[in-house]
Parts: sequence; C-alpha cells; structure tokens
Amino acid sequence: MSDQAPKMKDEDTLSITVEFTGGLEMLFSNERKHSLSIPIRNEDGTRTNMAALVDYLCQNLMKDPRKDLFILDGTVRPGILVLINDADWELEGEDKYEIESGDNILFVSTLHGG
Amino acid sequence: MAPACETCKANPAQIVRPKDRSKLCTECFFSVFEAEIHHTITSNALFHRGEKIAIGASGGKDSTVLASVLKTLDERHDYGVELILLSIDEGIKGYRDDSLMTVKRNAKQYEMPLTIVGYDELYGWTMDQVVEQVGKKGNCTYCGVFRRQALDRGAARLGVRHVVTGHNADDVAETVLMNLLRGDLPRLSRSTSIVTSTPSAASTDPNSHSNIKRSKPLKYAYEKEIVLYAHHKRLDYFTTECIYSPEAFRGSARALIKNLERLRPSAILDVVRSGEDMAKLVPGSDEGCGGACSSAVPAAEEEEGGCGSANGRTAGGEMANLEQQLVQGDVATEHDLEVEITLKTVASQGTNDVNGNGNGNSNGKLAHVAQSSNARKVRKNKGGQAFIPRKTPKQVMGQCRICGYLSSQDVCKACVLLEGLNKSRPKNNIEIGYEPEDSEVQGITNGVKQVHVKGD
Ligand SMILES: [Zn+2]
Ligand SMILES: [Zn+2]
Repeated sequence: MSDQAPKMKDEDTLSITVEFTGGLEMLFSNERKHSLSIPIRNEDGTRTNMAALVDYLCQNLMKDPRKDLFILDGTVRPGILVLINDADWELEGEDKYEIESGDNILFVSTLHGG
Repeated sequence: MAPACETCKANPAQIVRPKDRSKLCTECFFSVFEAEIHHTITSNALFHRGEKIAIGASGGKDSTVLASVLKTLDERHDYGVELILLSIDEGIKGYRDDSLMTVKRNAKQYEMPLTIVGYDELYGWTMDQVVEQVGKKGNCTYCGVFRRQALDRGAARLGVRHVVTGHNADDVAETVLMNLLRGDLPRLSRSTSIVTSTPSAASTDPNSHSNIKRSKPLKYAYEKEIVLYAHHKRLDYFTTECIYSPEAFRGSARALIKNLERLRPSAILDVVRSGEDMAKLVPGSDEGCGGACSSAVPAAEEEEGGCGSANGRTAGGEMANLEQQLVQGDVATEHDLEVEITLKTVASQGTNDVNGNGNGNSNGKLAHVAQSSNARKVRKNKGGQAFIPRKTPKQVMGQCRICGYLSSQDVCKACVLLEGLNKSRPKNNIEIGYEPEDSEVQGITNGVKQVHVKGD
C-alpha cells in the first residue's frame, strides 16, 4: 500500500495475497484477489499475525462502512471461513498465526445465498 | 505446520470437520462427505431406481454441491436415477442473469438437462412487478411462497414427481430455532422431516403439481463443509444476495446458529436432532401432509434463491431484531398451539399476509393481523384481551380451489397473494399508519411495517 507513512524497506514488509469469496468480495471493492505488502511487525514490535492482518484489512482495504459484516467482537465474524494456504486456520493457530511472505489468505463467507 | 490427516496419516490435514473436530486432508474429506450423503440417501430410502429427480438449482453453493455430489454418487453406487436441473427465474432484473449463467454451465459440467421456469409464466407476475406493487420491503414472502410452488409446478410440467433441494444442516437448525422461538411446533415438526411432501390422496390428476415429493439429501451436511467441498473441488458456483429486503428474523436465527457453531461446532447437528426429537412429540405430527401444509410459509425454501440466506449481512441491530421477534413469539405462544397454522404465521411472523383479501372468511383473520402489528403493546397486556382463545379448527389438508395445490386453506397462500396483487394497488400506502382505513391494504402493510420497525 502506498499510503504507509514512512517509506518501508522490502525487508520490513510481507508480500501476501488476500482473497475474498462467497460474497465477501462485495465488501472489498468487488475485488476477489488483492496483492498486498503489509508491515512485518506491529507497532509494538511483535510479528504481524492474523489478528493484526484482519485489523489491517479493516482499516486499509475495506471501503465498505459495514465493518461488522467482516469483524465482530474483535475477530472474524462467525460464518466466515478463513483458509491459510488452503488449510483451515484452526489448524494454524487461528488469529495467532504469524504471517509469512508469500502466504495466501482466503476469507469465504458462508452467509450468502445457497 | 499442519498436522497429518487423521484418516490416511499421510497428507497434511487441511480441514477441521465441525461435527467431530477431526482433521483431514482434502481427499479424505471428499470421501467421508460423499459417504455421509450416500448414507443419508440410502438410510432414508430417498431414491428409487428409475426415478426421475429434479434438482432445484439456483447456481448457489448448496444446489451446486448437491448436483455434483448426486452425480458422483449415482455413478459410484448406480442409483439408476435420472437427474435433471430445474431453475426458477423470479424475474428480478439483473439478479438472475449471473446465477442462471452458472446453472447453464453446471448443466454442461454435469451433463444434466436444464429447465428454467419464470414467475411470469407461472403467476403472471415477475418479482420486479410485485415489488413495484407492494414496495421493496417485505416482499420476500411473495418470493418465497411463489418459489415453493414454482419448483413443484416446474417439476410437474416435466413429468417429474421428486424435487431435491440443497437445504443443509445449518438451514434446518435455523428453521428449528425460528419455529421454537415462535412457539410453532407443528411447523417445527414439518421442517425437520427429510421428505417434506408426500403424494396427495386428493389428487387424481397425475400431472397435478400437488403430487410432488420433496427431499433434502444435504440435511445433515454442515454449511461449512458444503462451502469447503465447493472450494476444494473448485466447483463453479455463484454468490449473491437477494437485492430485496431479507426476512430479518431468519437473519437473527442464522447469526445465532453461527455464533453457537463458533463456541461448539456440534451444536448445529444437535439442534437438528433436537428438532427431530421434538417433532416426534408434536401431536398428530403429520408426515401425511408433509411440507405441503407449509405452503403457508415455505419453511426454508427461500434459501434456494438467496432470499433469506443473505441475512447474515443484516448485522446491525440483530439483537434488537431478535428481541422484537421474541416479543412476537410471546404473542404466538399465548395462542393455543392448535391454532390454525396460517393464523400463527400472521401473528408471529408479521409476514405480508393478505389473507383478508378476497376470500370470504376474512373477519377472524383480520383481527389477528391487526393485533400482530401491535405486538409490543399486546405484550404489556399479556393474558389480557389481546388474543381471545378461539375454537380452533384442526388443520385439514385439502386442495386450493383455484390452483389445486395442497393447502390447509380453501385458497392456497400463493393464490391469496396473487388475488391481492391482482386486485389492489397498495403501493403508495407503505407508510400507512397503524389504523389502516381499509382492510385490504392492512394485510399488506402489516408486513411492511414489521420490516420497517427493524430499522432496515
Ligand atoms: Zn487423508
Ligand atoms: Zn392455489
């Protein structure tokens, strides 16, 4: 993202792909696939994990004001599946999973029309 | 790093099954998912050899997975059934274009013949025209009532006596909760049965559309697994939400189910099983009338096209909605449980019921319609004058005298709605006050107000 205040060096960022499907893309500019560079560490120096990513997406990527359709009570809304490199995020530690460069993170809503 | 698959012990696990938390690789997940649906089909004897079966296909995940799995299973286990796709076009401009394209691709992918039936052909009204007439809010009732019959009518045209739909465990659990919260045990009982319609004894016409069997082969399949199956199989499906307002109560029930699943994933199947057990306790739990009685309100039919199932999106004010609906539920439970089903529908749900319209026996019903719009006041007067216990006729299944559809009423829900549509022009009265001047408008605006209150 170009709007990061102090210019980040490559070693400070992670290149990842984030995808939204199952209707969630509607909340993200109707765009299914997003290539992102995100900070490798949070402001407090800890590694960027899923919790931080979800927060980041909400702050920076989501233009739709209906934030509660994506996060609820500080985490991904129930009914939205999260896959990290095609595996259920429950297998990877959920929001504690530390993001690696090259990761593919997929959010799928199960809440939409069947 | 992900642990190894608990079944094959070789591949890395990619899926955590909600029902038992087992960790599986995709291949092992496919096998067990398909095997369980096969088990559902065989243990309930859903199909018989030589049967022609229409899959109610919306292009969405549930019906796409259903079509894919049924094709796989028919090939694997030689059911000897003939599978076709049946889609409904509600006539909502733009809304169906993409989903019908998806269904057309599915027809090629699964080598199944496809028939698309329009509301205009069946009812003389497209949904866009209905909305023009009744307003944008609270028209999902029309959509749902029409859709239920549309599948049956479409099937009858094709000479098909059996329609399978993609309703999953989450849908059923949601419906069980809704009916529980409304105190509507008879409908709870019907909504849990895997075969929701049986042949009408009254029907002598083999082409009658009231003689169609409905079943739900995915009844025990979690929505999460359906989505994962579609994802990992790379199935071609379409997602959208109904562009018209969803029914908020279902949205609240859905949110509740999803929250429960987060806390305890087995909760969904547990609710389904509880629903089945409760159904057995309902006096006269009439498998005989099957889901046909629910022509009053198509329990979960609206899922087929995205109406209702889009409700996860009505996030804001859900608890307020729920509370409001609980209030209405109170009203419903103050009724004798034996009350005629459509009455409760009106009182507890506040749907766009136009029962008063055009059919002679309007008085009693209108009273209920009127009161339901004052549900909150009624609560304060709990046990007071609001609902006078009535002598309640036992529900008797007959046929709609207009269209012949199985109905507990003289005229079925769809025909009542149609009569109202054809007769009245209430579209400018959406904001009408609580004392409608005219009983015909009242039935329609009642539902509109209910939706309105929910702060859409
Ligand atoms: Zn395996
Ligand atoms: Zn009828």
